[in-house]
Amino acid sequence: MRALAHAAWRLSSRLPLVLLLLVAASASEPATIHVQPTDSVGPRQLEKTTEQSVVRDYLKSWQTLDAAMDNSNPDLLNAYFVGLAKDKLANTVREQRKLGINTRYRDRAHDIQITFYSPEGLSLQLVDTVDYDVQVVDHGKTQPAQRVRARYVAVLTPTEMKWKVRIFQAEPLR
Amino acid sequence: MNRKLGLPTLAAFLLIALHSATAQDGDLRIPKIVEAGSSLTIPSSGNVDGVLYVVGPGNVLRRPVRPGESVTLEAADTSNAGHYLALLVAGSSTQKAEFDIVAARQPASLSFLAKPSRLPIDQRDGISGVVYVFDSFHNLILDPSQVSFHLNAPDGAKARTATTHNGVAWTKMDSSAKPGVVNFQAEVGGVHETRVVQQVPGDPCTLRVNARQAGSRITLETDPVRDCHGNSLPDGTVVTFTETKNGAPAATVDAPLKHDVARTEMPAYPGAVVSVALGVAMGNEVRVGGAR
Repeated sequence: MRALAHAAWRLSSRLPLVLLLLVAASASEPATIHVQPTDSVGPRQLEKTTEQSVVRDYLKSWQTLDAAMDNSNPDLLNAYFVGLAKDKLANTVREQRKLGINTRYRDRAHDIQITFYSPEGLSLQLVDTVDYDVQVVDHGKTQPAQRVRARYVAVLTPTEMKWKVRIFQAEPLR
Repeated sequence: MNRKLGLPTLAAFLLIALHSATAQDGDLRIPKIVEAGSSLTIPSSGNVDGVLYVVGPGNVLRRPVRPGESVTLEAADTSNAGHYLALLVAGSSTQKAEFDIVAARQPASLSFLAKPSRLPIDQRDGISGVVYVFDSFHNLILDPSQVSFHLNAPDGAKARTATTHNGVAWTKMDSSAKPGVVNFQAEVGGVHETRVVQQVPGDPCTLRVNARQAGSRITLETDPVRDCHGNSLPDGTVVTFTETKNGAPAATVDAPLKHDVARTEMPAYPGAVVSVALGVAMGNEVRVGGAR
């Protein structure tokens, strides 16, 4: 029992460091990614390289979303969002800046299914069941992170160098 | 009982204890699904002042809450469809709920992409149309909607219907047999969008050149150039005349069609061969000093 008490004491003296390390490890942990088979995507045939580019850029859009929301900087959205999606997210960022709030969106797991690739190749839709942590920071005071699961529908369009998210909207889980 | 506990075990033990102290004290009682533009009332309990946060990528709200009072979100607060987290923080307690705002049912606008804007006649599945359906708040309507596609071609109208899946519907239609401007329309629930598609004649059906020599020059003139449906090709369509001498190019002239015919003059090298081409269509060859 003394050994347990001693260990607890030793741990408590180092608790901030331990917690910091655990939190840091948890925050930097990459999200797990699962992409469902794309054999039946249509009407346009989806090449493997296109699929890889789309998934890569979509996942980067989540990092961009997190950075924009966490830093309250709507300009960061330009990298991976365009059109309606960018406008709506930018409004949210501006609103939280007014309120003195920052939000963090850390994606933990994605289950992605590409559902539509338009005939002329100018839009591609995917559905993503995603697990992510949401954390509110109100005037510097951090609320506990909340784990959320949602089903996102995203429409991406090709730009000169990459795919950008044009529509980004969650729907109820089925 | 003198077993030593490992550091990871103890860290996990303490983290669980720590988490319990900050864990939720219950769920907020709010509807799981709310239609965009509807008001929503979030009741609160407890006996200290608190703050309600509603956060999602589509919106963020922060409202002070007095003990026992409820908070009402107005239509403007619920206009963006998406998944939201509501957190009511009061003292050391946190209540939470997740809910979805879904698009309103009535379509208000369409994003209609028709391709291409110009194509030859008589192309099977040559015209494609893709429609995304939105409500009045620019939310994608994810419930199925019936989309009607109409192609008002010079030789008659064609129609197709398709059902949206995750907010998108598409179709492919044939271009008609006659050239001209075509209105391509998509319609959902009384909302419609129209795009203009220009149908142009197809490739020439036959291409034939006639030659008449006059001294050191040869005058070349095509027969009237038409597609296989008898449609004239547009004035200005370029016909290329190429003269080769001893197997090597000697002269090339691009001449535009005017009233179905292209004309030009070239040097009359004895024994040279003149050929004619338009796009992918090749015509006959003419030998200077004797026809082929």
